[in-house]
Amino acid sequence: MSEGATMKFNKILKNTFLVLVACFALSACATQKVSTGQMQGDVYTGTDTVEYLASGVPDRVFFATNESVLTTASRETLRKQAAWLRKNSNITIVLEGHADERGTREYNLALGERRANAAKDYLMTYGISSDRISVLSYGKERPVDSGSNPLAWSKNRRSVSVKAN
Amino acid sequence: MKNFLICLFIILIPTKTLSLIEVDITRGNLDPLPLAVSPLSIDEDSKKNFENILKKKNIGSEISIIVENNLRTSGLFNPLNKDAFLQAPDIANLKPRFEDWNLIKAQALITGRVSYVEEKLRVEFRLWDVLAGKEMMALAFTTVPNNWRRVGHIITDKVYERLTGEKGYFDTRIIYVAEEGPKTQRVKKLAIMDQDGANNKFLTLGNELVLTPRFNPTSQMVTYLSYFRNLPRVYLLDIETGTQEVVGDFPGMTFAPRFSPNGKKIIMSFAKDGNSEIYTMDLENRIVEKITNHPSIDTSPSYSPDGNFISFNSDRSGYQQIYVMKSDGSNVKRISFGKGIYGTPVWSPRGDLIAFTKLHKGKFYIGVMRTDGSGERLLTENYYQEAPSWSPNGRVLIFYRETKTDSKGKGFSAKLWSIDLTGYNERLVSTPTDGSDPSWSSLLSN
Repeated sequence: MSEGATMKFNKILKNTFLVLVACFALSACATQKVSTGQMQGDVYTGTDTVEYLASGVPDRVFFATNESVLTTASRETLRKQAAWLRKNSNITIVLEGHADERGTREYNLALGERRANAAKDYLMTYGISSDRISVLSYGKERPVDSGSNPLAWSKNRRSVSVKAN
Repeated sequence: MKNFLICLFIILIPTKTLSLIEVDITRGNLDPLPLAVSPLSIDEDSKKNFENILKKKNIGSEISIIVENNLRTSGLFNPLNKDAFLQAPDIANLKPRFEDWNLIKAQALITGRVSYVEEKLRVEFRLWDVLAGKEMMALAFTTVPNNWRRVGHIITDKVYERLTGEKGYFDTRIIYVAEEGPKTQRVKKLAIMDQDGANNKFLTLGNELVLTPRFNPTSQMVTYLSYFRNLPRVYLLDIETGTQEVVGDFPGMTFAPRFSPNGKKIIMSFAKDGNSEIYTMDLENRIVEKITNHPSIDTSPSYSPDGNFISFNSDRSGYQQIYVMKSDGSNVKRISFGKGIYGTPVWSPRGDLIAFTKLHKGKFYIGVMRTDGSGERLLTENYYQEAPSWSPNGRVLIFYRETKTDSKGKGFSAKLWSIDLTGYNERLVSTPTDGSDPSWSSLLSN
């Protein structure tokens, strides 16, 4: 093989390699898309961890990083909870607020409290008395998913309504 | 408490010689000072008595091993291998043959003697400047035999102080949270140990979640957060008696507690209706004062050592940043302006620096800055680490680090680490279980 031919061959090899790398990158993206299909922005939209207070009444809502703003989906969930609470007027609940592991412990305790209160305020505007709702922040102490990745963190940023009686 | 009293008599006036040895602790020390810790000599009778009481074959050697380990972990000293020592301990303590010690390249030498006197342990020790051929210091003290480990720590403190010009941090303890179990259901207990990891003791049973224990700088009291009866509240714990009490009567979560420098107040956060504010409570008259007043999250407060200022973190700018205010809550000023978010400010006991945690581009850093926010210096970078606590002399920081889990969510651990203010000498502080939220006590003997 002449020198020129070797170089050409090398170039082909290099190009094939690049194409292969590109394929890998694309497939990596593709697999990641499947998992991020459970997130909108970085708010969890899946149902893996969701439990039900009653048929059709999900127990939890999810938040974006560092946020305590309720999403449209969260508000819908909370309206279902409020309707169920109105029908079952003897039931009291604890709103357990949580944060993901990517923050300092004390700030996360405050953030969990802020998230649970966002849910509480919304339930109150739908007619649930504050006497029936207590708030408990766990900060980052009780993750549901022990993963160290964005999807796991999105499942952990949550407020969960738990029956207290 | 009685156990902690230690009689300290100076029997020989420190010799006023100009010493040739000087250890510079203001820069990273890549060339630790070689020194020899000769085993403390002991007579046969004393040896037998201590063996009966303490179940230790040779308490003199045991104490010198403690001194050696302390000096080594400081990163500033290199204790030489005892096999190379030419002179017997008892003779070295009377009059070292400096040529012998010079030969093995020891620049300093520690010698001493332990004896059993009226049911007590009596120690004398000397620090020698090998190059100058002179005694630098000689001290003796007496204590109950059970305090033998503390004797090693006190000797180290004295040697450290004589050679560096700054107080030591060896006769101290660490309180921390011992952790076990899966990441989603961690069981946490308060635990306390000596600074070198010895005498580890669990203070709670793990029935309720406990977090963020912090020492009172003036006593053996601790303040911490407990989820007793699912009500997260700040508590006080007396380590000696085990008595606990809730701090204040707040209708919601109190958290992030610390003592004021004189130990008379607790500063903490109180969260209500989605808003966390900083409060103080006077432990004598129980008067509660609200210090911050802002609809954002204000937490992780820490006093300056003179008690005149408070640093804290707040997200009033949109993200978590560090602020300083006067202790009455006036003159709030943001001091962190670098890229990323900043939290857990802790004022150095020397008053000149604030240690913090920083999150930037997915990495966590422990760093220090001046109290006006200038001179930011990052000491260590990791996947997750936070909550620095200062050694009482302000030279070393202890903090905790958590590992990233694998794709199956396995492999989680939390460990205590220490690092020098210079950014050198990073070390794992080993604990029987996983650990987090460490807090360093002040010197026990002062």
